[in-house]
Amino acid sequence: MNQTLIKLSELGPEMAMLVGACLCLVVGLHRSAEIRKLAPSLVAMALIVAGLLTALEVVDASGVWTMATFVKMMVCGIGMLLVMFMSTVPDAVSPTGKFNPSRVMRGEFFAFFLFSLTGVMLCGGANDLVWLFLALELTSLPTYVMIVISRDTDEASESGIKYFFLGAVAAAVFLYGFTMIYGATGMTNFDEIRQAIAVTGVTPLLTLGLVLSIVGIGFKIAAFPMHFYAADVYQGAMTPVTAFLAFVPKTAGFVSLIALLSLVTQGNIVIDPVTQQLTSPLPPMIASLLWVMAALTMTLGNVLGLMQTNVKRILAYSSISHSGYMLVGLLGMSAGIGSTAIGNGAAAVLFYLVAYALGNLAAFAVLSCLQRNGEEATELDALSGLAKRHPGLAAIMLLSCLSLVGLPPMVGFIGKVYLFGSAVQQGFAGLVIVAVVNSAISAVYYLRIVSSCYFGEKSERSQIVLSSPYVIPLASIAVGVAILLGMGFGGNSLAVTANQATTDSTLFEQVDVQLIEQLLRTPAIADPAIH
Amino acid sequence: MGLDIALLPLLVIFPLLSGLMLPFLGGDDPQRIKSFALISSLFTFVFSLGLLVGYDFSNSAEMGLVTDVSWFESLGLTFSFGVDAISIWLVLLTTLLMPLVILGSFSAIKFRIREFFFWLLLLEAAMIGVFVATDILFFYICFEFTLIPMYFLIGIYGSSQRLKAAKMLFLYTFTGSMLTFAGILYMAWCNGSWDFSFEALSHAHENMTTNQQVLAMLAMLAGFAVKVPLFPVHTWLPLAHTEAPTAGSVVLAGVLLKLGTYALIRLAIPMLPDAALVVAPYMGILAVVGVIYAALICWVQKDIKKLVAYSSVSHLGFCVLGMFALNVQGLSGSVMYMINHGLSTGALFLLIGMIYERFHTREMSQIQGLGRVMPIWATFMVFFAMASVGLPGLNGFVGEFLTLFGAFQSAVLGPAYAAVAGLGLIFGAIYILHMVGKVVWGPVKIPQGHENDAKDLTGREITVLLPLAILCLWLGVYPMPILRTLDQPAQAIMERVGTDLLEENQAKPPVRYDYHSHVRAEISSDATLTLKTLSEGGR
Repeated sequence: MNQTLIKLSELGPEMAMLVGACLCLVVGLHRSAEIRKLAPSLVAMALIVAGLLTALEVVDASGVWTMATFVKMMVCGIGMLLVMFMSTVPDAVSPTGKFNPSRVMRGEFFAFFLFSLTGVMLCGGANDLVWLFLALELTSLPTYVMIVISRDTDEASESGIKYFFLGAVAAAVFLYGFTMIYGATGMTNFDEIRQAIAVTGVTPLLTLGLVLSIVGIGFKIAAFPMHFYAADVYQGAMTPVTAFLAFVPKTAGFVSLIALLSLVTQGNIVIDPVTQQLTSPLPPMIASLLWVMAALTMTLGNVLGLMQTNVKRILAYSSISHSGYMLVGLLGMSAGIGSTAIGNGAAAVLFYLVAYALGNLAAFAVLSCLQRNGEEATELDALSGLAKRHPGLAAIMLLSCLSLVGLPPMVGFIGKVYLFGSAVQQGFAGLVIVAVVNSAISAVYYLRIVSSCYFGEKSERSQIVLSSPYVIPLASIAVGVAILLGMGFGGNSLAVTANQATTDSTLFEQVDVQLIEQLLRTPAIADPAIH
Repeated sequence: MGLDIALLPLLVIFPLLSGLMLPFLGGDDPQRIKSFALISSLFTFVFSLGLLVGYDFSNSAEMGLVTDVSWFESLGLTFSFGVDAISIWLVLLTTLLMPLVILGSFSAIKFRIREFFFWLLLLEAAMIGVFVATDILFFYICFEFTLIPMYFLIGIYGSSQRLKAAKMLFLYTFTGSMLTFAGILYMAWCNGSWDFSFEALSHAHENMTTNQQVLAMLAMLAGFAVKVPLFPVHTWLPLAHTEAPTAGSVVLAGVLLKLGTYALIRLAIPMLPDAALVVAPYMGILAVVGVIYAALICWVQKDIKKLVAYSSVSHLGFCVLGMFALNVQGLSGSVMYMINHGLSTGALFLLIGMIYERFHTREMSQIQGLGRVMPIWATFMVFFAMASVGLPGLNGFVGEFLTLFGAFQSAVLGPAYAAVAGLGLIFGAIYILHMVGKVVWGPVKIPQGHENDAKDLTGREITVLLPLAILCLWLGVYPMPILRTLDQPAQAIMERVGTDLLEENQAKPPVRYDYHSHVRAEISSDATLTLKTLSEGGR
């Protein structure tokens, strides 16, 4: 109980978010539309306060970043961009005079937005299985509602329901996995599980638990075999919500996977044959599972992406394939002690999440500006000739596609260097070949988007509507940051921070020093000169 | 001293910034945009001349003017700049061609002018970046980035099949270079440290078995051979060339293809020396096949531009043959070939562009006997065609001769390769003369409706061609200033690969090269001396 209190005291940022969410709910009930419109500003304020509190936490820890603070900061930063985007959710009463729920600004939408982000923050700080489960569900549950209420169409309801039921199945799967882990170790606290694993090693039951957890969480990150919902759900939701879906549950999923996998890596310390340093690779069984998942996720995402003509669906499949790339990074997650940043796959995943979020957000933001007869226009031909009609939007689309495809000088390229470098470091060169071939495949459909913007004839079928004054600034900020990070302005410190966040807190902090010494004494790794 | 450090970054940043300024340049006057682009590229050229002053040529295998700018320390990435003799000449080729290309496309580009020059300047920055990078990922970034401007140049300003051509160019080269990317990571991993500087990676082979080296070499070749382009991955090139606007073709032939060969000489061969020895015979075979095959294709082309495009494939085959001869003659000949090919083929594309601007066709059956109506154009055409064929006394000869001679003498290739590739020379003469014969001589034939367009070259067009012609002549008669500087880098590569020892161990009687029995007497005595000293110096 005492521990819970200590834990609660570290939750300042989350508290700020929850307070913001409650305020949104209250404001959303007000009669005057002017007051109701304050909800997005409240969200922004909550995010700023949470960001400041996180910064204070880091200062308190004398500048050392942990997984929790890193995730909180990332959520605050990307959350600010997202809320600028969410403010495009229409708020005017529909001109026909009929009451249209989707056209009234509602506080609950923004409250759910904040709840979901709070869930991600909690995932980052989780140190208990139950906690992790609750955090994951807190992330997901609001998203089901957000899909449905953002838009008054049958498609939106359909996506919401699909997402809900499949999400429930996935939650059951990983909860089952969590219980197995509990069964294998007898603990729910991460530190205790670590210690238990260090004693028992990786038992079959534990492996089974991990496999189920990984597959279940695979739903959140839209990885094979739980990827199939993505295109339908993304297409049905309103574009800002789609952008939200493409980032928030995915971040929660990857953060949880890093937390779970780092539980077992510690029980598996060996000497790297090349560098002669201590490393802790994943158990072979888990590694092969992730290998297959990564390869299939990338390939399916990219190949199916090739066949789409709807930009939203293309971006949905691209987001599947990006999960595949990040799974490649997860395989690289076992930092050797004292290794450089590039060997650290978990940090690479965190870095790539930021890179991916920036590119994706900008692409969706441009897409949301295109409308046809008052509806979203998301077919490829809606983009046709965009460069002539609106060169700024086309340039943003171009840069975001370049970042997503991983071309220099965008941050997406650095992200890939980081991910693939880490995987090569762990000896997964074969998978990296699969990944780079996939990057090449993905270039085809990104090029299709770009070529539609730049080479297409002017299309009269879609018009550009800026439903919110924040869309273009948001997209420009995202793209601008992506370039700056890629060129090295702040990118290096982001990489260092991500490295710090994943090495200090999760892996080697509680390494049993005796265990290492014992390992070092074993003949296989001892200095041959002694013999 | 301060200038020394700033020079190389300046060469990259200046065209980049002027490119980025272009969209914000006020006013819609196309003339203003054009002159801005021209002036900034001229400035870049002037800056690049500083290389000749600032670099110490007495030690031309060493990287000079070295500068590091921090980028991603934690991932081992730095923007590190440096040049040696090989890169200096290629940088100068780039900066020289660029103003000419810009001047040459003043009248050809009629819409989206601002965008056109924007992409051209960005392209220039990226190409210079490739030649001055001494960090492999910085190199790779510039190498990849050249794709984006090229994609737009072809996709927006190309002819009828431009979309397909742009897509093919992008996908072919991108796929290849992604594999190269994996290879680079693999090399760094084998090396045991995530340091991507050339310096660090030049020791990678010490930590790699031959098999590992061959794997890395294959990955490198995947990217670079596509760019060269080497047979059988050359199929994107003819389409890209034919569909590209003139400026695009000139840059593509003049510089972009050289990125591939430069990467082979700079990275693949010296960093993976054992693998280079293993793959050299195969590369030699591919190069020779490419030479012959492309030459035969040229013979049957009806479209002049396509003919010149295929001739690039054939010519670059010589270039690859020379470098995989792995001796001084071959390597320095290969670099010479890059420069010469850039000059003469670039000029040919410019000439064809001028024809296309006038008649809107490039079919040989439609345009004939232009010698009578456009004498100046015809003079240039014959001149550059001869340079391209390799007529002694013009620049093409020097590179061709040295690469063949290198292959002949090579310890890893041998006379057979040179003999077969030599056939390519004959075919080369046939197809070029066939084309020139039809287009320049013979009865006058001008496409219907364009009878009044058969005007000779304007002053602007002559200004574009003249510098190239002078250089072609100069490099043909007296290539020594360049050749002399290439000796040391070539020697250094040879020592890394170990072919210098190989040649000594062979202990075969040195082949005395009797100049007069091989080369016609017209050649000037300067060139004689050059070639003779060179052929002896290598042994």
